[in-house]
Amino acid sequence: MPNRRPIRNISISDLVHYRLPVPGMLSILHRASGALMFLSLPALLWLFDLSLRSEASYEHLKALASNSLVRILLVGAAWALLHHTCAGVRYLALDLDMGVDRPAARRSAWIVFAVSGLLTAFAALVVFGVL
Amino acid sequence: MAIGTHRVVVGAHYGLRDWLTQRATAVVLLVYLLVLTVRILFAGRMDYDAWASTFVPLGMKIATLIALVALAYHAWIGMRDIWMDYVWATGVRLVLQLGTILWLIACLVWAVQILWKV
Repeated sequence: MPNRRPIRNISISDLVHYRLPVPGMLSILHRASGALMFLSLPALLWLFDLSLRSEASYEHLKALASNSLVRILLVGAAWALLHHTCAGVRYLALDLDMGVDRPAARRSAWIVFAVSGLLTAFAALVVFGVL
Repeated sequence: MAIGTHRVVVGAHYGLRDWLTQRATAVVLLVYLLVLTVRILFAGRMDYDAWASTFVPLGMKIATLIALVALAYHAWIGMRDIWMDYVWATGVRLVLQLGTILWLIACLVWAVQILWKV
């Protein structure tokens, strides 16, 4: 066993100066969005319940979703799902040895941000009643 | 199996199995998400009847349940990875992992109840 330097996590104070490359940014947001969805599962199930229980609860949900704060939270949830899904597809491709070299990996990370950003913008337009 | 010259990666194999399960459940979720999206996009005007009737057929209930079980398993592996990366105190990690499992089972049971009331 060769001598190894002790492993340590990056500290909070380092984070401010550390410029994460785009694939790294995608990666930590993939983790954050997954954790966010895990934590908001009961809230999402509650909305799902409201949408299905009855005509009245459906209307109640619609009234709820006209509140600006609720709308912002819904767009946040949409972003989490869309980023996690798009980044996940990229990881599946990487696992199949597609686009593994650095320029390709950077390019695909940008594509993920562009696609999930556009889809989130579309979701925001729907949530805010523009579409 | 030897990778490179030093590392021997044989062991209990639970790492590989969970890694693979996370990919498999991801594909299940992706397919379900696409099916649901197509269903909504082609539903025309969305009101309560159109939305609720989506989940009435037994086939859709089963598909949704499979997706939810896949989701629970997928989220378990992801959260377990997060706890393993950031929480190094074994006792605390164990409590968090147990909490994660209970949280996911509770959500799953609730989801079944919501689904079978429609």
